[in-house]
Amino acid sequence: MEPIIRLQDLRFEYLSFEGEEIAALNGVTLDIQKGEFVAIIGHNGSGKSTLAKHLNALLRPSSGVVWIKGMDTRDEDKLWEIRQTAGMVFQNPDNQLVATVVEEDVAFGPENLGLPPEEIRKRVDEALKVVGMQEYAQAAPHYLSGGQKQRVAIAGILAMKPEIIVLDEPTAMLDPVGRHEVMETIKYLNKHEGITVVHITHYMEEAVDADRVIVMEQGKIVLQGTPRQVFSQVKVLKEIGLDVPQVTELAYRLKAEGLDIPLDVLKVEEMVDAICRL
Amino acid sequence: MIRDITIGQFFPGQSIIHKLDPRVKIALTFAFIVIIFFAKTYVGYGLIFAYIAFAVWLSQVPVRYILRGLKPLLFIIVLTFLINVFFTPGSKVLFRIWAFKFTQEGLNQGIFMTLRLVLLVVGTSLLTLTTSPISLTDGIERLLQPLQVIRFPAHELAMMMTIALRFIPTLLEETDKIMKAQMARGADFESGNLFQRAKALVPLLVPLFISAFRRADELAMAMESRCYRGGQNRTRMKILKTTRRDYLAVAVTLLLIAGILLDSYVL
Repeated sequence: MEPIIRLQDLRFEYLSFEGEEIAALNGVTLDIQKGEFVAIIGHNGSGKSTLAKHLNALLRPSSGVVWIKGMDTRDEDKLWEIRQTAGMVFQNPDNQLVATVVEEDVAFGPENLGLPPEEIRKRVDEALKVVGMQEYAQAAPHYLSGGQKQRVAIAGILAMKPEIIVLDEPTAMLDPVGRHEVMETIKYLNKHEGITVVHITHYMEEAVDADRVIVMEQGKIVLQGTPRQVFSQVKVLKEIGLDVPQVTELAYRLKAEGLDIPLDVLKVEEMVDAICRL
Repeated sequence: MIRDITIGQFFPGQSIIHKLDPRVKIALTFAFIVIIFFAKTYVGYGLIFAYIAFAVWLSQVPVRYILRGLKPLLFIIVLTFLINVFFTPGSKVLFRIWAFKFTQEGLNQGIFMTLRLVLLVVGTSLLTLTTSPISLTDGIERLLQPLQVIRFPAHELAMMMTIALRFIPTLLEETDKIMKAQMARGADFESGNLFQRAKALVPLLVPLFISAFRRADELAMAMESRCYRGGQNRTRMKILKTTRRDYLAVAVTLLLIAGILLDSYVL
């Protein structure tokens, strides 16, 4: 089957404030299948946010091609269709809500698509229900917690019926409770609504549940595979300056001390099993 | 707490006046303002007063809220009254104080001007007290929509108002945060003369502005990624509908207008 997202040798350069040309993306080739849950990790300046912005045509490649559901993002005529297909959730929950009432904000996207009012109403109610925010439909955004605001932002994207949701560090500004809420929502969307998820994060724990983890460094993909494959490469990750999930780190150190523990431990329960087997 | 501020002076309620279509309410307020200046007799002002008193009673907004709007204007109202009383030329002199004549015409003119000002403030206060900022914006957008033919940016204007309303609490919270952060580092916002205080605001305003611009940039990107492309082809979830009570309000106002015109120009 045709992958829903295809990147072909994607490069992106921009001019810095001093006028130097800086390469943010340095030849990224990547296919993402429909229904996949992909986590992209990497530290600041690794190009992961720039990559995200290419997925709904906020940025266009300097060279190379991005296809979203077969649509080339350089094609101006397809711009709105692409943005509707690949919705985007940003880091700061405050700076992406437009309206003064939750349900009006969720309606913003469908209103822009020019849908009839009854259809918008229906979609707004559904979207709020999916993210579990229907009882806040009439609330003002500034009374909500960070996690709730982020769920409203997700509902705003859902109401546009996208096939892909790109989340650019949606949990970076949230407390642990909010982070959990948002992660549960994202997983639900992927599992039960069949939405393709591209989740950009720097919390390794959030990448553990993905189908595939992609590690970026200096505008390139340096490592990819299942979470188990990626996180067992503790040494490589450390060299780039990334962390691994705490449990994996523990396994790595125990192994270094000579204990017989597998390196691909990702969760606490697995760790408990491994230690009990010793 | 700072996030509990109310924007404007909306007084939430479920009265008939609250439920009127905002478009109708705005239009009627304009009609009301105009008709105030057509009244020329005590009977006419009595009619207008009865009309607005009835509206206030229907709205269930406490009278002191309405009168609060008059307080800052008290000085202007008194001044207007005095100037009109003493400087209106007239023949029926009631009495004199030094060089000033106190005439019947002057007294009438003074009272009329005072009544006009008071009714003006009460009428417009009633609009803002009974209409939430959101529906006010909505009403303005739709009333101005016909002007888009001559390229008047009605949608853009309404969008700006909505975003402003959305971000006022956010920016207030942020101001509070920056202020505390600067105070923790020894900034002093409270002492000194006016000039020193204004200077002390610089370390508050600079970060606030920078952050506001960053927010604007991010918001624009988020809006674009949600397919925002201005007012064209845009539909709305909520459609304003005029109902029986709107027609009733219009009918009562038309009666008032007819009454004033009859009273001032025919009888």
